[in-house]
Amino acid sequence: MVGAEEDIPAADAPSIVELSADDVLRARNEAVSQAGLGRNAEHLLEVRGLSTHFFTPDGIVQAVDDVSFDVGYGETLGLVGESGCGKSVSALSIARLVPDPPGRIVSGSILFDGIDLLKLSPEDMRKLRGKEIGFIFQDPLTSLNPTLTIGYQIGESIREHMGLSTKAAKERITELLAKVGIPRPADRLNDYPFQFSGGMRQRVMIAIALSCDPKLILADEPTTALDVTIQAQILELIQRLSSEFGTAVLLITHDLGIAAGMCDRVNVMYAGRIVETGTVDTLFENPRMPYAWGLLDSLPRIDDVRGDRLRTIEGLPPLLIAPPKACRFGPRCPYIRDVCREGEPELTQRDGEDHFARCFATQPDGWIS
Amino acid sequence: MATNTTAVQAKVAKPVAAPGPWREAFGRLIRNKLAIVGLILVILLLFCGIFGPFIAPWPYQVQDLAAVQANGNRPLPPLSPNHILGTDQLGRDLLSRLLDGARISITVAFVVQAVIIFIGVPVGALAGWFGGRTDNALMRLTDVIYAFPDILFIILLSVAFRDTVVGQSLDGLLLVFIAIGLVGWVTVARLTRGQMLALKETEFVEAARAIGVSDRKIVTRHLLPNGMGPIIVAITLGIPVAILAEATLAYIGIGVQPPRASWGSLISEGQKFIRSEPHLVVFPAVFIALALIGFTFLGDGLRDALDPKLKGKQ
Repeated sequence: MVGAEEDIPAADAPSIVELSADDVLRARNEAVSQAGLGRNAEHLLEVRGLSTHFFTPDGIVQAVDDVSFDVGYGETLGLVGESGCGKSVSALSIARLVPDPPGRIVSGSILFDGIDLLKLSPEDMRKLRGKEIGFIFQDPLTSLNPTLTIGYQIGESIREHMGLSTKAAKERITELLAKVGIPRPADRLNDYPFQFSGGMRQRVMIAIALSCDPKLILADEPTTALDVTIQAQILELIQRLSSEFGTAVLLITHDLGIAAGMCDRVNVMYAGRIVETGTVDTLFENPRMPYAWGLLDSLPRIDDVRGDRLRTIEGLPPLLIAPPKACRFGPRCPYIRDVCREGEPELTQRDGEDHFARCFATQPDGWIS
Repeated sequence: MATNTTAVQAKVAKPVAAPGPWREAFGRLIRNKLAIVGLILVILLLFCGIFGPFIAPWPYQVQDLAAVQANGNRPLPPLSPNHILGTDQLGRDLLSRLLDGARISITVAFVVQAVIIFIGVPVGALAGWFGGRTDNALMRLTDVIYAFPDILFIILLSVAFRDTVVGQSLDGLLLVFIAIGLVGWVTVARLTRGQMLALKETEFVEAARAIGVSDRKIVTRHLLPNGMGPIIVAITLGIPVAILAEATLAYIGIGVQPPRASWGSLISEGQKFIRSEPHLVVFPAVFIALALIGFTFLGDGLRDALDPKLKGKQ
């Protein structure tokens, strides 16, 4: 044990990657229990320079291009943006579930609790999935296997990762079903997915995601397929359970209202890049990127005049095959100037400490103050 | 308030466990009249095949020479004393020989399908799951076998290996099983591959990956059970094809060795007397027809039962 301590400086993440995930996890858990801490790095998840490209016959689609962000322990980070901006691909990249071919993570590093996920063998990665990283999918209607019982599907991850006895596993499954608010859980273990409503199936998906007490949950638009009242219940459930278990959540959504209500911090993505990041308060009170203004402005408001059209951002996002070296939002931006066409702005700091934006116009020397 | 709640809950009837998808399919199957006819025919055939030798009035190879001589050296007609369906020209009881033929037919039916499942499902599953080069190699192999004339391949195999141990075992039947199975698995392989390709992209498979289920378990627990319906149907509908193939081979003298009798060889022996003694051809033909109808009806019923969406669309 002492030897392991010497070999593996637990707080020093990058040197760990040579070992298998099991070794790392064991050593880390020992270190954690000795130090009495639950963390092994500054942030639970540190994504650095992540680029995921899709190699299609038409060209290389740079779905995620040089994206960096952190998720703190127990924190809820929102990833917002319109369809096709790379939100889901970012989440899939973290779980290394990008369909290959055609997709591939071409560069970057993803440090999860001190382990570089991109350097793990597929088998070690598989052991990590479901155990340390849970995943909630968009559409609960198709994410459950119609030929297997609910109990089996919740137990799948438990059997795979926790090695419980049949009886203990069954108890845990029942307990999980009760936790996510399914009435008479013991009676429903042997039911099939078609006997559950959409909202209940999403509860089951949450139970599956939580079944092994993961440190991180990737929730990819968990409420898009549900109606508004069920949406609120499911979000409340995710929020309550994540704070109860201290689970960090990466919440992907295109709904700014959800992001505002659920998240501690928010990343706004556009065309494969993060264009603005900040705490919920700063970002919603003082957005510093015209795209974020457009997004906020496009929300329907309760004081809208009836019969008025919804406000939209003119134009379409650019194709991500060979994007130009320019501001990617430029073509749709009402404030565009020549400098935006000549080079791409960097993410630079704005007023708040954690507040960064990718825009020439709102930089201190810019033309919008 | 709390006591009220418990009182109400106690009265709520425990829900009846709902049937799973397989039991539902079975329910649909037994409501289908044609499928029931098919099922009864298949069960009868199975019964004849399994218990045939015990209920047969005579052993299949025994000659009732006295009776034939009494009939002027001609086969006995049906409804003769002791021979309800008559005899062939050697005095062998036709019913007993048909019952032995039933045994051969069901053995062919099931062993050939076992060979087909054993080769076709794994090949299709591997091709569909791995895709890419594996897929290409396996599918080109199936294309080659698919393109080769079935009967010619079976005849070549049968002739080439006739004198080996394999060719001699089970009265020459083993070789027929293997030969029919070797040409038959391609359909099932293609079907399985198609199922795998379609199901591989479903979200529940992605969800299973996302919780770290191993590839092997994804294939065996998630993909195959979901894709099983069409495969079961194809296999059931493949049984009459196999029975017919065996009968055809026996008719041209390949496969089962005398004195054993397959329905095909009975027809082939009987056709010499087709004008004077038509029963020698008619009865084996009727047996073949009933067996084929039974399996075909059952297969059609299974298709409707396993894929309720198809119903009423044909």
